[in-house]
Amino acid sequence: MSISDISLVDWSRAQFALTSIYHWLFVPLTLGLSFIMAIMESIYVKTGNEEWRKTTKFWMKLFGINFAIGAATGIILEFEFGTNWSNYSWIVGDVFGAPLAIEGILAFFLESTFIVLMFFGWNKVGKKTHLLSTWLVTIGSILSSWWILVANAWMNDPVGMQFNPDTARCEMVNFWQVAFSPFAIHKFWHTITSAYVVAALFVVGVSSWYLIKKRHESFAKKSILVGAIFGFVATMLVTVSGDTSTFQVAHKQPVKLAAMEGLFIGKTRAPIIALAVLRPNVPISDTVNHFIFKMEMPGMLSKLGYRDKNAFVPGIYDLVYGNQYQGIEPVFKRMERGTIAMIALNKYKEAKEDNDTSEMRLSLAEFRTNYPDLGYAYLDKPEDVVPNIPITFYSFHLMVGLGFYFVILLLVILFFLWRKTLIKRKLILWLAVLTIPLGYIATELGWIVAEVGRQPWAIQDLLTVSKATSHLSTLSVQITFILFAILFTVLFLADIRILLKQIKNGPKE
Amino acid sequence: MFETMTLAALQQYWWIIISLIGAILVFLMFVQGGQTLLFQVAKTEDERTLVVNALGRKWELTFTTLVTFGGAFFASFPLFYATSFGGAYWVWTIILFGFIAQAVSYEYRKKQGNVLGTKVYEFFQIANGFFASFFIGIIVSSFFTGSYFLVDKFNLSAWMAGSYGLELMFNTQNISLGFAIFCLTRVTGAMFLMKYIENKEISERSANQILINGLCFVLFFLLFLGILITKDGFAIDPNTGKMYMEPLKYLHNFMQMPAILAIFLLGVLLVIFGIFKGGIQKSSTAFWITIFGVIPVVFSLFIIAGLNNTAFYPSTYNLESSLTIYNASSSKYTLTIMSYVSLFIPVVLAYIWYIWRVMAKKKINKEELEDTGHIY
Ligand code: HDD
Ligand code: HEM
Ligand code: HEM
Repeated sequence: MSISDISLVDWSRAQFALTSIYHWLFVPLTLGLSFIMAIMESIYVKTGNEEWRKTTKFWMKLFGINFAIGAATGIILEFEFGTNWSNYSWIVGDVFGAPLAIEGILAFFLESTFIVLMFFGWNKVGKKTHLLSTWLVTIGSILSSWWILVANAWMNDPVGMQFNPDTARCEMVNFWQVAFSPFAIHKFWHTITSAYVVAALFVVGVSSWYLIKKRHESFAKKSILVGAIFGFVATMLVTVSGDTSTFQVAHKQPVKLAAMEGLFIGKTRAPIIALAVLRPNVPISDTVNHFIFKMEMPGMLSKLGYRDKNAFVPGIYDLVYGNQYQGIEPVFKRMERGTIAMIALNKYKEAKEDNDTSEMRLSLAEFRTNYPDLGYAYLDKPEDVVPNIPITFYSFHLMVGLGFYFVILLLVILFFLWRKTLIKRKLILWLAVLTIPLGYIATELGWIVAEVGRQPWAIQDLLTVSKATSHLSTLSVQITFILFAILFTVLFLADIRILLKQIKNGPKE
Repeated sequence: MFETMTLAALQQYWWIIISLIGAILVFLMFVQGGQTLLFQVAKTEDERTLVVNALGRKWELTFTTLVTFGGAFFASFPLFYATSFGGAYWVWTIILFGFIAQAVSYEYRKKQGNVLGTKVYEFFQIANGFFASFFIGIIVSSFFTGSYFLVDKFNLSAWMAGSYGLELMFNTQNISLGFAIFCLTRVTGAMFLMKYIENKEISERSANQILINGLCFVLFFLLFLGILITKDGFAIDPNTGKMYMEPLKYLHNFMQMPAILAIFLLGVLLVIFGIFKGGIQKSSTAFWITIFGVIPVVFSLFIIAGLNNTAFYPSTYNLESSLTIYNASSSKYTLTIMSYVSLFIPVVLAYIWYIWRVMAKKKINKEELEDTGHIY
């Protein structure tokens, strides 16, 4: 592979990372706020109290501002699979295209059609019909998350498919395995509850600011109550689903798990690291100490990953160089098999052109036995299977740490709400305001763990990112990267300023 | 029920679905056309607010249809998705940038603190209106004129023109369809504004736009059509699967599928009748008449491009690389699953129709805007 190819891959990755990180800045609030609004409007319809209607409408206005930029950044992601990952789009399109199409037909239309009634229909339809449309927007957003996460989960755990040597692509053989793979289910729960945490922290933080400023107090108290209860439930669920996600990763992507936990050498009773600093730039080895400092909880990682305190958890060293006592093969063996599969596939193609049926049968059989390691043929050296360890490690620990902090903060807020003294607790209120960005940081870090941690694979074990790109000139991708960076940044700033202005103006009295 | 269909039947079924979504997309692009008319039909700030709000209740529909069009194409003909998007990179990028700008322009246009100022967001709407309609026209036309790409034996595609799609603009037929669609969306846009806004000045100015843009549409469309029915087409030999150039292929397609020809002619007549109704008689029924013409016209063009042993995405670099509904499609299993999903499309159309009706109960005017409270 020439240098220019590598930079094409890197620019394509950078562009995808940039655009998806921007998209994910807006998605959590869309997901969570729609749910919170629907709850508030339900209370309004039930009690008939106009104040709840006003409260709903205020959050709805912020929702609208956020939704617009969510849609703007989303459309680009969908088409980027074609524009920048065109080999990918062919090689796995037979499986991967379906969830995207289903998302459009079943989810996006529900969201974007009923949103019109939700915004403009207050005086056009009855209260109940209006409430129904708000709930349908929420349901649409949940369905859209489901299908996109099915797509994403499949890249990490490619189930329900078979490689077809004639078309040279992965083809779907079992839709239900794809649509309800355990990896997808846990990813869905974890991602959507994390979005609910972000939105809840947003509502709680904004309301706290009103309480500090002694403005709109009745409105703020209503909002903070709904936000804190909703948020507390969501934080509990996010920790539970984080735990089950770890279990999935342990079984499907052991290298990712090892990178997340900085486990260089495999162990029984493997620990979880509570706090640590990595020694920079140390090669993978079984003799060097990779940490400057660490605090551990013994046995916890074994329990998390394998539900058994004494289970063996493979480390990065074992996964790359093999561990014969634990029956772990070294990567170079898989590279050999991948190469055999690749050669067999080429032979099969040639034999097919020559109509040589016996050679076709032979090479096909050879391909079939070796193809689970097909992707390894693209690797240059065994160490390539290891993702960026510091990024994965620190992101994971920061995310988890923030998760526990959110639980405590929301508990404290609920306690003072119950004692009816929250208004006097200025420190806590300020803490709630300052926590708004932390919610965003936690959820973005989660994606960084998931995505950086699965490098170099676009499709686990089958397709590397480097083989997935379009045949474009690097220059084209560089230009679009810069254009995206400028446009999204400008729009993002506009989004924040508009939101702040609206918050400052507050709900209509 | 879909399990019993042959692969070829499923491929045809999916080409028909794609054609239908494509036709609905072009119909809904009245939003884009309306956006380009902003400064022509609205002269004061208040009038512009009326226009933007009328379109603002529909833009999501067009946007989502584009997204779904992309998704459905991906799921049913992934090789097209890979080849066209990954190759005609710049054309698609320009289209997408337009849609990014559009998506924020409604909400942000009048909001305090919007950084760029109202005028820039209005410019975004005009830019989206032009680029989306013009370049989608270019892409659709390239279904007939071909593009410069290669597909290797592993079905991986590479665009062989270094301008990555911009070269498509140097083709008379492509340009004429681009401008035809642009003018057509302005016609339907003007009819929409005339029908759904309650304001005498806007209605009159919109009506005045219909005739001139209608003429522009007819001229460019005739040019496109003239080239289409006289040119050689990209045909597949059904026995060997080999591609070859067939003289008058698209004319033959019309002749060999008389039902499609009938639909096409009916659509053309309705569009022309609609332009007459709106432009000369100034009647607000023109909108639906024209729309019911646009859908069959675009639908039948897609059909002509893909069915009857025609390569729908021809390669002028290497004829054998051309994409057909047979070599570019998903597997039989995936097409079957997706066919079940397609049964939901009528449900979607039904609730869209319901909401359209609810929103159309009252024409849009100043009082109506204040009454809803959510103003762009
Ligand atoms: C878990 C949730 C989630 C995730 C991981 C993603 N999205 Fe998203 N997307 C949504 C949840 C969502 C949403 C909540 O449904 C949005 C956010 C704002 C909005 O308008 O709807 C949305 C909007 C949105 C739109 C605009 C839809 C419309 O309004 O018509 C598109 C085309 C995409 N997304 C596509 C993608 C792609 C291709 C993704 C992955 C690469 C992706 N999204 C990640
Ligand atoms: C919205 C939340 C998401 C965020 C913030 C996110 C973030 C990222 C990041 C940071 C990378 C770059 C990793 C690297 O190159 O080291 C990446 C890669 C990738 N992601 Fe995601 N991702 C998200 C969701 C998804 C989803 C839902 C899909 C698929 C449906 C997806 C598909 C991909 C692909 C194809 C790549 C490979 C290209 C690359 O390496 O950049 N992502 N993502
Ligand atoms: C508190 C304990 C937590 C644990 C044990 C945990 C665990 C995990 C794990 C293992 C992954 C990687 C899954 C994969 O690679 O597929 C992940 C991803 C992620 N995390 Fe967490 N997490 C926790 C808290 C949080 C919090 C508080 C948030 C945000 C508010 C969050 C947001 C995310 C997101 C958005 C992803 C990416 C989507 C996914 O892969 O599921 N997590 N988390």
